[in-house]
Amino acid sequence: MSFSETDIHRLVDGELPPETAEQVAAWVAEDAERLRLAQAWREQRELLHARYDALLGEPVPAAMLQTVREGPKRARRAANQSMFWRTAGIVLLAGACTAGGWLGHARFGGDAAPLPSANSPADSPSDSLAAMSHRAAVAHAVFSPEVRHPVEVAASDEAHLVRWLSNRLATPVRAPALGPQGFQLVGGRLLPGEDRPVAQFMYQNGAGKRLTLYVSTLAPSTATRETAFRFERYRNVNTFYWAQENRAYALSGDLGREELMPVARTVYEQLGLPATPGAAAPAASPKPQVQQ
Amino acid sequence: MFLRAIDKMDAEALVALIPRLRRYARALTGERFRADDLVQDTLERAIAKWSLWRPGTDLRAWTFTIMHNVYVNQVKRSVLAAESLDPDAGMETEDSGAAADTLAQLSGLNEALQRLPDEQRTVLLLVTLEGFSYDEAAHTLGLPIGTVMSRLARARARLASLLEGGGEHGQAAPAPAVQLKVVK
Repeated sequence: MSFSETDIHRLVDGELPPETAEQVAAWVAEDAERLRLAQAWREQRELLHARYDALLGEPVPAAMLQTVREGPKRARRAANQSMFWRTAGIVLLAGACTAGGWLGHARFGGDAAPLPSANSPADSPSDSLAAMSHRAAVAHAVFSPEVRHPVEVAASDEAHLVRWLSNRLATPVRAPALGPQGFQLVGGRLLPGEDRPVAQFMYQNGAGKRLTLYVSTLAPSTATRETAFRFERYRNVNTFYWAQENRAYALSGDLGREELMPVARTVYEQLGLPATPGAAAPAASPKPQVQQ
Repeated sequence: MFLRAIDKMDAEALVALIPRLRRYARALTGERFRADDLVQDTLERAIAKWSLWRPGTDLRAWTFTIMHNVYVNQVKRSVLAAESLDPDAGMETEDSGAAADTLAQLSGLNEALQRLPDEQRTVLLLVTLEGFSYDEAAHTLGLPIGTVMSRLARARARLASLLEGGGEHGQAAPAPAVQLKVVK
């Protein structure tokens, strides 16, 4: 049998089947230098554990838990420090410009649009739209039970909330008024979507029932001008979702389908009204006031 | 066909990995704050890309792959990359001054580790600290298994030399590598 130094590594790292490991161990034991190497490498491993294992017992920073359980917290650090969001923002700007250009083109009579999505039926929900509704339902399930921190920015600062989310999504978003339906705005938060930030507005009625409106921008390649309402049920969460302009919306709640439908109609009607045109990407992002 | 968002069960599975991600990041970067930034960025990336994770596959390997990619990108765009070339920069002294040999040795360990080239340190930590098999490490880093093994061998030789000689020019004399009792 003939072994090499590589086999000592394999032995130390438990990469050898039992019989081979025995043979290699015997081979190592024949020679002082081989023994020294094996011992040195085992000691390196023990040193590394002794040096760094303390991290395993440290409390996990709250920001990390929030990121996984609630989505990245805007408050964690200044916006321009996060590589992720910075990159997302650039992508989003480019996407918003392209989408805006295409929508304008389509609406004002260009029927030779080269983009494939221009030829797809207007009401066929793309995969991205369905996926969006699913994320919306999950986000509802995750955040609506939150008692202490259901939102990042409270409705008491609605103007600021809307400005902040519009900046982050690089497109104007609005929180519809659902008072006549019995729901008051609680506030909103920013969440990671598939590849870009999305906004979530939360509403609550007198009985403590909560609705969330999930607002996402659509990628140019999947942009659908308008779709009909679609309905999805995920666990206990009912969701109506649709595309409108270059945005996708999902309204989720623990309500029955019949209760949810008129609210979705109201949202649709309000958001369909002309909003402030243009203004895709304001330059400066205001610091949000974050509820902790 | 829905893309999946992370559900609560998966989120808890990911939360459970955070301490290991922090340990690895700490050893990889050598600095507490940089390590936690790396973990935070990794988690954000993992959540954003959650639909790409296939249930039933190894979440740990998937997450470590993301961390590796985030780390490589950070190093690429950071002048801190030069740090590993500068023996005096970026060293941590939090444990220096400790009287015990063990503590001194452990502190020296962090410094020595940071002097390894990134690609050697990464492999060494995945295999020894995290207990990845060669195959898992290769999969995580997107490398052939032979590359993992040769990097591991170089990392061990280099680290031993740094720990023995206490510097870049550590002698090749076969002094006993590390003679200390490790308290776990």
